Amino acid sequence: MDILYLLVPLSVVLVLAITGLLAWAVSTGQFDDIEREGQRILFDETEP
Amino acid sequence: MSTEIRSDAATYNDTVVRQFAIMTIVWGVVGMLVGVVIAAQLAFPALNFDLPWLSYGRLRPLHTNAVIFAFGGCALFATSYYAVQRTCQTRLFGGPLVAFTFWGWQAVIVAAAISLPLGYTSGKEYAELEWPIDILITLVWVSYAVVFFGTLFTRKVRHIYVANWFFGAFILTVALLHVVNSAAIPAGPMKSYSAYAGVQDAMVQWWYGHNAVGFFLTAGFLGMMYYFVPKQIGRPVYSYRLSIVHFWALIFTYMWAGPHHLHYTALPDWAQSLGMVFSLILLAPSWGGMINGVMTLSGAWHKLREDPILRFMIVSLSFYGMSTFEGPMMAIKTVNALSHYTDWTIGHVHSGALGWVGLISMGSLYYLIPRLFGRNTMYSVRAIEIHFWVATIGIVLYAVSMWVSGVTQGLMWRSVEPDGTLTYSFVESVKASYPYYYVRLIGGLLYLSGMVIMAWNVAMTATGGKPVAVPVLRAPAHA
Repeated sequence: MDILYLLVPLSVVLVLAITGLLAWAVSTGQFDDIEREGQRILFDETEP
Repeated sequence: MSTEIRSDAATYNDTVVRQFAIMTIVWGVVGMLVGVVIAAQLAFPALNFDLPWLSYGRLRPLHTNAVIFAFGGCALFATSYYAVQRTCQTRLFGGPLVAFTFWGWQAVIVAAAISLPLGYTSGKEYAELEWPIDILITLVWVSYAVVFFGTLFTRKVRHIYVANWFFGAFILTVALLHVVNSAAIPAGPMKSYSAYAGVQDAMVQWWYGHNAVGFFLTAGFLGMMYYFVPKQIGRPVYSYRLSIVHFWALIFTYMWAGPHHLHYTALPDWAQSLGMVFSLILLAPSWGGMINGVMTLSGAWHKLREDPILRFMIVSLSFYGMSTFEGPMMAIKTVNALSHYTDWTIGHVHSGALGWVGLISMGSLYYLIPRLFGRNTMYSVRAIEIHFWVATIGIVLYAVSMWVSGVTQGLMWRSVEPDGTLTYSFVESVKASYPYYYVRLIGGLLYLSGMVIMAWNVAMTATGGKPVAVPVLRAPAHA
């Protein structure tokens, strides 16, 4: 099952990358005021 | 909160959204028609006509490619391009690359529609296309990533809306899956050999196959759900916090569900068990997301009575819940011993594909189409209503007949006489399946007729309106 030497490390790299992305999102304040962000999309159009 | 609306000269690029939206309808009709044809072939084998180009073995991959990558793919392009521009308050990035993603993707679809009936196939399920087409797919997909992430990086609002996380994960993961699984040694202009062999190839294939379900058919359409369900209801998603947890939980746990497609095969036992455990874990984020979508209606349930578009979306979420419960159950080895290789799998796939992917796409398109053509509603709201009922009854007939057929087959195959011989020959199980194949054909026909009604409705809406240019919303001060 040599293929697992590719797929398993690939998953580990992905998990690390996802963790890094999550850390970036948290530290840059992406999730600071989230309830308001959920509402914002309702006002993203100029109504005709 | 102040959202001052000051528009400047810049407009959203909705041309490409319109193109993809219309082609979603066209390929939907084509792909579902081929599905009905092959369902009819299973019920009436004479319909193969002894012609190789029309035989089940060649048309079946044409059906799956057409509905997943042509219908589903175009729907994802249309909705992700629409949503990312609105939520980032900026025009699509990439200039000519945007048009390339449309024409390139259509070229891939046409190449598939020609090469599959001619018998060119790499033999990998859901990745049958031969290497020159695979290269074109890669080029289109990289351009898609440049356009999408370019738009995201040039956004005018600081926050990245949750739908964009789902769309982004879908785009990146599909790129990775496609490149790893389609790696092959060319042996002629339309012939290649996989870079992997035997059980290694099977493992890569189902690592690809199941993650394609997870990221193409789930994450992408969840992005659609998180934008269009709140928009249609006119309320924010039930819990934005939960939607973020849903996203991170889903992408952290998805990658290793694939081995459940290889239970009781030459794949090492521990890898099979790993696949089963990860599949079971997936139930939690899936149901979190399903509940979040449905509960967005809380306090506004009455809207379900008068709005057929909302009914598409909510029933689609119910099917998402059902198939993400059924999937983990079928991934349990003892259940799989009964269900594997039977029609139960076909029923499961179609409750997800027709129920979840199909209905959420149709609901989102019913939201999109009038807006793209400067109208307030679709040409006929009554036709949306009819489409909804026809499609829903079709799905129920399809799924139930395949469940019954699948369990019948599984029980007949495993039935053993006291002396150790099999109770039934294989052909007896085929004979027992026939009644369900007729019911499945009726279900498919109903679902296809719903799609045809939608095509008529869209054509009337588009020809009765005219394309509008929507100005980019200036970011409000707090962004």
